[in-house]
Amino acid sequence: MAWKAIDRVNAPTEESPSLSEPLKEKIRGFFDRYPTKRAVLIPALHMIQDDHGYVGWKAMEEVAELLEITPSDVFDTVSFYSHFWTHPKGEKVVMACRSISCDLLGADRVLDECKKVLGIGDHETTPDGKYSLMTEECLAACDHGPCLMINEKMHKCVDPANVRKILEDDANDKLDIPRSNLYDGANRTSA
Amino acid sequence: MSEYEKVLLKNVGKPNSRQLATYVEGGGYSGAKRALEQTPDDVIDVVKRANLRGRGGAGFPAGVKWSFLPKDREVTYLCVNADESEPPTFSNRVLMEEDPHQLLEGILIAGYATQATVAYLYMRAEFTEQYHIMQVALDEAYNAGYFGKNIQGSGYNLECYIHRGAGAYVCGEETGLIESLEGKRGWPRIKPPFPAIQGAFGKPTVVNNVETLANLPHIINRGADWFLGIGPEGSSGPKLFCISGAVKKPGCYEGAMDFSVRELIESDRFGGGMRNGLKVKAVMPGGISMGILTADELDMKMDFSDPAKYGLLGLGTASAIVIDDRTDIRKVLRNVARFFAHESCGQCTQCREGTSWMYKMTNRVERGLGRLQDIELLGEIPAKMGMMPGLSICGLSDGAAFAIRTIVEKFRSELEDYVRSENDDAVRIALEIAN
Ligand SMILES: Cc1cc2nc3c(=O)[nH]c(=O)nc-3n(C[C@H](O)[C@H](O)[C@H](O)COP(=O)(O)O)c2cc1C
Ligand code: SF4
Ligand code: FES
Repeated sequence: MAWKAIDRVNAPTEESPSLSEPLKEKIRGFFDRYPTKRAVLIPALHMIQDDHGYVGWKAMEEVAELLEITPSDVFDTVSFYSHFWTHPKGEKVVMACRSISCDLLGADRVLDECKKVLGIGDHETTPDGKYSLMTEECLAACDHGPCLMINEKMHKCVDPANVRKILEDDANDKLDIPRSNLYDGANRTSA
Repeated sequence: MSEYEKVLLKNVGKPNSRQLATYVEGGGYSGAKRALEQTPDDVIDVVKRANLRGRGGAGFPAGVKWSFLPKDREVTYLCVNADESEPPTFSNRVLMEEDPHQLLEGILIAGYATQATVAYLYMRAEFTEQYHIMQVALDEAYNAGYFGKNIQGSGYNLECYIHRGAGAYVCGEETGLIESLEGKRGWPRIKPPFPAIQGAFGKPTVVNNVETLANLPHIINRGADWFLGIGPEGSSGPKLFCISGAVKKPGCYEGAMDFSVRELIESDRFGGGMRNGLKVKAVMPGGISMGILTADELDMKMDFSDPAKYGLLGLGTASAIVIDDRTDIRKVLRNVARFFAHESCGQCTQCREGTSWMYKMTNRVERGLGRLQDIELLGEIPAKMGMMPGLSICGLSDGAAFAIRTIVEKFRSELEDYVRSENDDAVRIALEIAN
């Protein structure tokens, strides 16, 4: 439920990172794209999450200051979107499509296999911090269902029998096309 | 079904179709150059005459929408809707993946016609690969002087930025998109005021779908009459159709809007027939929001006017999911109900509560714990709980209502049979007692 985000208000349990100066600079670089600073919020949140792996409380406060809005404005936005997380997730987030086309092509078997291989349930993270699993609505690749997305990379026509192989492949989240680093976090190291 | 020569997808499969040089070699950006030599009103006029109807779902004529912009405006924004989240739709993905410059040229033409100063391409977060493709193409287009200041020496300036969403179906609704662009939660706005008067940042704004804009270079180059000559009256021009599910060749295809759902499934040009000798049980031909057809209703034409005759909301995204005869309709019902319950933004009581309530019931029915009154209510809630056109802030609740109501109405006896056959189930009785 978009109005009932899964990761919602839990008091901060971990020390969350601050925005580095290069990251702030990167966010400021978006100021002239929009007539208001608040509009830079969603791009900024993408950059923060890309850099930190999640959008922590400290980052929310600091980005609020940077954009001259209140931390509650920031939280209001963050809590609405299913692709921003306020707590650390695994290095790789596995998103399994469960909408109608994928469902009819056996998405539940793919999801079950993911759960089995990773040993976790929906919206959980493996103890080694490597993988998180979540279900998603239609990923707009219904002609190739069942679909599984790992970070940026889409895996199409996934056969449950291949799930283990996909999850064990180190490059399972890497795109092999020319990329733009405009939205990447400032400290992003992986290509 | 007429002979058809591809327009929108003609570059698919060409080597290096994403590169500017390839696009220009094939005549690309000539439409934009031609448009820049005309007055903006001339461009609006030809698009109006072509009766280019919006491809995002509502089918509103683009030229008419543009002419709602106030004459004395100072700033105009163009928002390009690439949120594409309606299951099972993927035509915008194909357009961006295979031919990014066609869309960029369309953006430039629409920008010029509406005298926009900034165009925002709103892409859903899950379009990761497509984002990189579009951004790389946009950089190339900027370098070649198709965006920025004094475009191709015309004196017209247009900036184009990609704005990435963050996972919310409702941000595809045009005012939800605008709120999201402004950095807020994607809560649709009450209309009026319409975006053309007061949209993004309080300024006149046009929101158009990716496919709508991809048509523009061709309309400018070949004229309104060419466009009107494709397909039936009121549904003219090239159109993309998606088909997925139990067919041999799922995919995105192009054609005129002059064939039936049956042809979409059976024709070798499209779905290529059913897979493994399966039979059609049902089809949702326009995205799940539009409603369902039974196997007896496959004569419905894939155009803007025919769907209403079959009790559907409209042509929607012209994306069909073909459901085969082995499929339990309860599974379809539950999946669809879950989607809307998950994606309702929660502003309107009947949508927030209604969708969740319906999901709970469909869940019960699918798990074999249904009651006859559940089926009754599932037919009634969409029809009577105020989820009718005009009573909600946005169209999501209408979509939910059409999707669920048509399934329940058209497959009522099957659903009731399931429920009746579970009458002796001990768990069920226990549940009844508990309730
Ligand atoms: C819940 C909801 C979701 C929508 N999602 C999309 C979408 O993903 N893409 C899109 O182009 N239009 C979507 N629309 C339709 C838009 O509101 C709008 O009509 C469209 O973008 C206008 O463009 P067009 O006139 O070029 O079709 C959606 C509408 C609703 C009610
Ligand atoms: S109809 Fe539903 S999705 Fe649309 S604004 Fe109301 S609650 Fe939100
Ligand atoms: S239903 Fe899974 S990608 Fe569309």
